[in-house]
Amino acid sequence: MSENRNNVLKLENITMQFGGVVAINNLSLEVNQGEIVALIGPNGAGKTTAFNCITGVYEPTNGIVYFHGEPIVVNHPQGKMVKQYAGINGDLYREKKPVAHTPDRITHMGIARTFQNIRLFKSQTAFENVLIGTHLRRNSNMFTATFRLNAKEEKANREKAWNLLEIVGLAEEGKELATSLPYGKQRRLEIARALATEPTLLLLDEPAAGMNPQETDELGSFIVDIKNRFNLTVFMIEHHMNLVMDISDRIYVLDFGRQIAEGTPEEIQKNPVVIAAYLGVEEE
Amino acid sequence: MNQKKSKTPMIITLVLVAAIYVAVFIAEQTLPANSMLFTVLKKGATYALVAVSMNLLNGFTGIFSLGQAGFMLVGAYMYGIFTIPIAQRASVYQYFDGGMIQFTVPVIVAMILAGLAAAFFAFLIGLPVLRLKSDYLAIATLGFAEIIRAIFQWNGLGPITNGSNMLRSFPSFNDFNIRDGQGNVTVYLSTLIPFLMAGVCILLIVLLINSSYGRALKAIRDDEVAAEAMGINLAHHKRLAFCVSSFFAGVGGAMLAMYQTTVQAKSFTSAMTYEILLIVVIGGIGSVTGSVLSSFLFVACSEWWLRFLDEKQMIGTFEVPLLRNGFRLVVFSVIIMIVVLFFRRGIMGDKELPDLLSRRMKSEGRRKK
Ligand SMILES: Nc1ncnc2c1ncn2[C@@H]1O[C@H](COP(=O)(O)OP(=O)(O)OP(=O)(O)O)[C@@H](O)[C@H]1O
Ligand SMILES: [Mg+2]
Repeated sequence: MSENRNNVLKLENITMQFGGVVAINNLSLEVNQGEIVALIGPNGAGKTTAFNCITGVYEPTNGIVYFHGEPIVVNHPQGKMVKQYAGINGDLYREKKPVAHTPDRITHMGIARTFQNIRLFKSQTAFENVLIGTHLRRNSNMFTATFRLNAKEEKANREKAWNLLEIVGLAEEGKELATSLPYGKQRRLEIARALATEPTLLLLDEPAAGMNPQETDELGSFIVDIKNRFNLTVFMIEHHMNLVMDISDRIYVLDFGRQIAEGTPEEIQKNPVVIAAYLGVEEE
Repeated sequence: MNQKKSKTPMIITLVLVAAIYVAVFIAEQTLPANSMLFTVLKKGATYALVAVSMNLLNGFTGIFSLGQAGFMLVGAYMYGIFTIPIAQRASVYQYFDGGMIQFTVPVIVAMILAGLAAAFFAFLIGLPVLRLKSDYLAIATLGFAEIIRAIFQWNGLGPITNGSNMLRSFPSFNDFNIRDGQGNVTVYLSTLIPFLMAGVCILLIVLLINSSYGRALKAIRDDEVAAEAMGINLAHHKRLAFCVSSFFAGVGGAMLAMYQTTVQAKSFTSAMTYEILLIVVIGGIGSVTGSVLSSFLFVACSEWWLRFLDEKQMIGTFEVPLLRNGFRLVVFSVIIMIVVLFFRRGIMGDKELPDLLSRRMKSEGRRKK
């Protein structure tokens, strides 16, 4: 892998070990500016865990995550893990100072995500869900907000939230309770909420799960559309192969925590290892 | 687009609230000053503020604190210590040579100091505890309330706190009445002023709840993981909510001091916290309107409407059985159990008065069509 100035996201030798379970085993990957990259693999392969390591939900046991060239996560086996560590490259980063940020810091830096098991704010309307996403870029503090001295900012945020709802096609549902919406719309709402945080990198965890075939079809062009409109880089986990092959520039395949393949959709579809582990024999 | 919320329910609410204040003022000028009604209104206003402040934390932020009595104690003492007139100090602090502090500040300043002191303690407790993800705060605050009660009774602090003796002679609600030269009251304000104090504080809390920060707090309550993923700093926002809640509990403590006319640390027990918790639960967790309504209901029941249960009652020559001292508490507990068991979401659920009004208007509008 050559040094690429275009890297938005780069994982280097990431291993995530829970007790004795190695959920991710020495994963390295790159996502470049403007790309749509997919992460695929069987259930339990460690895809969501990889997202959680990038976004600060988990602290990986070993490895580095770079975001726009800056190390945002650095770790090497420590404490009990020194003995227990079952991955490789365990002493590669021994000299490096560990870096860990809370998820909110990482969102601040420009990484936004959606969740596989939808996590909308259940007591809030669709509109309020998006509006909450604008809170982190505020200039107000508690006093100016309480005394409504931030009226201008508040108004701009509200407009922005309605705009985003319109873009994801939920302008009509804005005043409905977020959790009362059908599944497909909840997924779109999660995307709108993530966009409200003004990310440069968008992580989508199974955005098509629970969508009907028509919604899934529309989702592909929708993702490309928002990517272009907001100048994003997209990294997504998805099981719908049509969608993945349609819009991905490159694909990484994970199995039992290990990367087993990397390449363009055409390469992946022909790759015998991937077919054996995940894609199976082409039906039809 | 349907972006604008109808303003009418808000306006009706404001008019209603204004009407209540006018009614209180008129009642106070016309009814006898020692009427039980005013006792209930004064204590009710005080409890309403404390209940709303607790709801801000337990209901709107979703973090559970049991330190209300402790923060009220801090507030009540701050108020007392800084407002007892210099001339009275020798007799109040008779065992401590008139005490250490020999100046007073205006009532309003003392109230703010009461809030700030409570918020300061909250900040100290929150610093280590609010970083943890689970409910350690409930235990920590309960412990704080017990410890602070002991500390304030400690003789070593006597020159400031008067040890286990009570503080008294500071301005109380009755001192807000306007009197003429002979000391006769010309305008009664002893109920209206606490109403205004509690009203202003609750208004501030409501403004906070409906601001960008309030939405962030509700997001934390709904889903911490998602809130954090939206860039909301959990520790920071929880600390803010905790300090603000405690600030107003401290102000509430100052109001309680004015209501009681005396302050003694030993009365701020965890039973007081549970009373307030009950008020919040009965009113509806996450409803300011509910907390306010249930405060007045609770105080009215415990201080007034159920009093007769504690005394012998005769119907003709027949003595009603069971009625004796303490029976009131039995009935009271049963009522509370029924409410908690069968009306889990409390009187208001998580709805506010304007919500109810707008729903009513909507259904009426539909009928017209
Ligand atoms: N907090 C945790 N503690 C222990 N084990 C965990 C934890 N989180 C994930 N794992 C384990 O890590 C492995 C990978 O899980 P992960 O959720 O990342 O899979 P996935 O690839 O997203 O699967 P799916 O397609 O079903 O979403 C699983 O074996 C899971 O049990
Ligand atoms: Mg997953």
